[in-house]
Amino acid sequence: MKPFISFVIKETRHILRDKRTMLILFGMPVVLMLLFGFAITNDVKNVRTVVVTSQRDHQTQAAIDRLAASEYFTITATIPTPKEAERLIRSQKADLAVVFAQDFASKHSGVQFIVDGADPNMAQQWTTYAQQVILNPQNSMVNLKLLYNPRMKSAYNFVPAIMGMLLLLICAMMTSVSIVREKEQGTMEVLLVSPVQPLMIIVAKAVPYLLQALLILLIILAMSATVLDVPLQGSLGWILLVSFIYILLALSLGLFISNVAQTQFVALLVSAMMLLLPTVMLSGMLFPVESMPRILQWISAIIPPRYYIQSMRKLMIMGVGIGEVWQEVTVLSGMTIALLVAALKNFNKRLTV
Amino acid sequence: MKAFGTFHAVDDISFSVRRGEIFGFLGANGAGKTTAMHMLTGLNQPTSGTGRVCGYDIRTEYEQIKRHIGYMSQKFSLYEDLTVSENIRLFAGIYGMKDDEITAKTGKLLRQLKFEDHANDLVGSLPLGWKQKLAFSVSIFHEPGVVFLDEPTGGVDPATRRQFWELIYDAASRGITVFVTTHYMDEAEYCDRISIMVDGKIRALGTPDDLKRQFQQPDMDHVFTYLARQATKSSD
Repeated sequence: MKPFISFVIKETRHILRDKRTMLILFGMPVVLMLLFGFAITNDVKNVRTVVVTSQRDHQTQAAIDRLAASEYFTITATIPTPKEAERLIRSQKADLAVVFAQDFASKHSGVQFIVDGADPNMAQQWTTYAQQVILNPQNSMVNLKLLYNPRMKSAYNFVPAIMGMLLLLICAMMTSVSIVREKEQGTMEVLLVSPVQPLMIIVAKAVPYLLQALLILLIILAMSATVLDVPLQGSLGWILLVSFIYILLALSLGLFISNVAQTQFVALLVSAMMLLLPTVMLSGMLFPVESMPRILQWISAIIPPRYYIQSMRKLMIMGVGIGEVWQEVTVLSGMTIALLVAALKNFNKRLTV
Repeated sequence: MKAFGTFHAVDDISFSVRRGEIFGFLGANGAGKTTAMHMLTGLNQPTSGTGRVCGYDIRTEYEQIKRHIGYMSQKFSLYEDLTVSENIRLFAGIYGMKDDEITAKTGKLLRQLKFEDHANDLVGSLPLGWKQKLAFSVSIFHEPGVVFLDEPTGGVDPATRRQFWELIYDAASRGITVFVTTHYMDEAEYCDRISIMVDGKIRALGTPDDLKRQFQQPDMDHVFTYLARQATKSSD
């Protein structure tokens, strides 16, 4: 037990003395949270809107007032012809044009939207919102109720995604780099010639990174609750437990990478390319898995963050119990065990040959 | 014998080293030195044949061997971001030394190396020669039966190399067997006995003076070149 503790202390010293890496590790979550929370957002807000109408009857004016009053749209101009509106959009002076037909007042219909479709998702959102605002007066038959995220804030979506991405990246990258560094510097050879058990070296390496990851997780959760106003609906205990499984998975992945990589540079590259890209593109973080082509859906099925992010959305935002995420947790646990066994087997083989 | 597929890296070598002897293990790059060393330190298993280190069988009792040897690798092998005393404590702890024993011995060692003022310096900030001396001292800190040195003085200046060899003599006089590989022929002259490997076989074995007489060469440099030229396997 004593050598184990002294190894944990040694690893902790490695981490604490590398100030620059520490700064990146703890700075990254904070910066990402602020960026995604405030700057990078696909919330509909202040869309520059021009109104096209040739007459000012009561009904049309009421619709325009409703648009102007909503926080989603800012009316920048009122012009007579659709041609003019198109010109404004093409010259980047407006995002959306709402064209009222001559007989809008009498028929309660006849609205055309002209929209900058360069970003199709946003264009879709703007028109949907505008439709709701214009055609949804008090006596409407259709009513919309948003569960879990009534204000439609994108932070609700991003916080679990950032957790999934950061924890994987930090744990896998840091363990693989730290093991490969010992190979590169020749200290691993000295350790292998010594009486310490290789397994102990690895476990001792994982402990400080595990603690660090949990700390980062707590920072993210605290920031999301206080700065981004994303409330924690579910129980903190379950969130931590699922995260713990996920962190173990990421650590195993790091160990696996360290078996393959011979230099720190390769370890970094492999971690970044193999983990970051699929996580961002295929885990459902940015693009919904359901709308991917079938083959990408299959690939995304083996990407661990997908299950973690899914379960975190359910636990944190929807506030369901652990019973509702048992599928994700089972998949994650299975993946963790498989990865850990594969990595350890590979690791032992390398030592005896 | 150690075979990798059909390639016999180490083929039919046989030698014994006495306690407290300084045994030089020479050979051109690729001659099989490192493989032989890995088998003796338990990093590798021989394909056939056997050997004993400190009385333990290298095929079955390598866990025991690991306890009773010291090792200094070709690459510098201490942690650069730990201090001198942290490194000593870590490696001494690995070999199961007691805390008070470590503390007492650390003080003695630092005085001997004249390192007292640098006990709390990061190893990375020390000059290379100092690091090598420190790495050697750490590798024999637990008083092993044998210490294996894999090209310990690569890149070190001649003056520091002399000091390094004084440390080796000191260790040998305390009864620690020193098994050292080197490419410096002046260092080969310092050894009690040397062996020269060519193509995975030992082609010469004896004291430096014996070998010079046997191959009728004026110094070790010539002996080595004479033997290495007979190599048929690629050597870079």
